[in-house]
Formats: sequence, structure tokens, C-alpha cells
Amino acid sequence: MANQQNTAAVQRNARNAKAAQQSSSMATIAPIAGWLLPGLGHFIQRRWVRGLLLMAAIFTMFFFGLAMQGKVYSFNTGDLLDMLGFVGDLGAGVLYFVARMMNWGIGNIHRAVADYGTKYIVVAGLLNIIAAVDAHHIAIGKKS
Amino acid sequence: MTFELSHFNAALLFALCASVVFGITQRSTPRAMLRYGAYCFALFVGGVIVAAWAMWLIKH
Repeated sequence: MANQQNTAAVQRNARNAKAAQQSSSMATIAPIAGWLLPGLGHFIQRRWVRGLLLMAAIFTMFFFGLAMQGKVYSFNTGDLLDMLGFVGDLGAGVLYFVARMMNWGIGNIHRAVADYGTKYIVVAGLLNIIAAVDAHHIAIGKKS
Repeated sequence: MTFELSHFNAALLFALCASVVFGITQRSTPRAMLRYGAYCFALFVGGVIVAAWAMWLIKH
């Protein structure tokens, strides 16, 4: 009898340890995936609707920003606002790298709406960072 | 492809997208997310309108 209880306890501990390990790896993977592709951190945790809405909102902001001829910042060590703009843009993950590779986001200083576009692109990156942190909170169980 | 949004339309689109993200990330239940998203949207748009009237009053 005591032997059976010990075996059950060992199995239960092994299951708990495995679940904790999965949770720990998800806590690392989810924010990275969410940063790389907006919404992916929620998708891999089966939060389909939330992921889709986050993806739609961030993609919309980023591509409307490009369509308004906003500027995509490259790495720089010049003006402080330019450096912060780069950090914000980088938050968009793959979207940023694709935009840089395709040479999108040259910017147009002659159009007022292009300045709105630049802000759209930076804010899309910042919102994506918030979404990635949210994916991390779901993974560690801080949020349902 | 280029877009020519007015300042107000650009502010509306910005408010919508930011409110969606804020609603989802800052609350836990779907109902609370919807309410908080709507609250943020109203604050964004209300802020734009108040700022616009403030600038109009300063000018005149």
C-alpha cells in the first residue's frame, strides 16, 4: 500500500516537473515569437482571437505608416530621437527587417502626412513589445 | 501606393489600433478587454477634440 502511494507521488512529481519545464520554456519562447511576428506569441498559446486582433492592429499601423511614406529608422549613433526611433521600429520584429530589406520607408519630409506615418511605424513597434510582454505574462500564468 | 489621410482620420486610425492592443494586453477577461479598449478609444478621440478646440481658442 505504502509502495503504491510512493509510486503515485513520484509520478505526480514527475508530471509537475514536466509541466513546470514546459511553462518555463514557453515563458522564453512566447515573447520572442511575439516580438518576431506580431500575435505569434499568443497563437502558440492558443489565444487565437487575441493573437489575430493584435496582429491586425500592429500590421495595420505598420503598413499604413509605410503607405503614408513614413520613415523607417536604421541603426544610428546620431541624434537621440533618431536612436529612439530605431529602437521603437525594431520592436516590430520581422516587419522591420522586411521593410529594411525591401528599402521601404525612405520618408518624405515634404509631406505632413509622412510624419504621421513615421510615428505610426514607431508606435507599431512599441505596441508589439507590449503584446510580446503580454504573451510572456500568459506563459508564466500571471494572466489567463 | 500612398495614403492621404487627414489629421483627424489619422488620429482615429491610431486610436483604434492602440486601443485594441491596450484593451487586450491590460485586462484579463474578454468583457473587461472590450470595456477598457472602448474607454481608451474614447479618451484618445476625446483628447484630440479637446486639443483641437484648445488650439482654435488660442488662435482666436
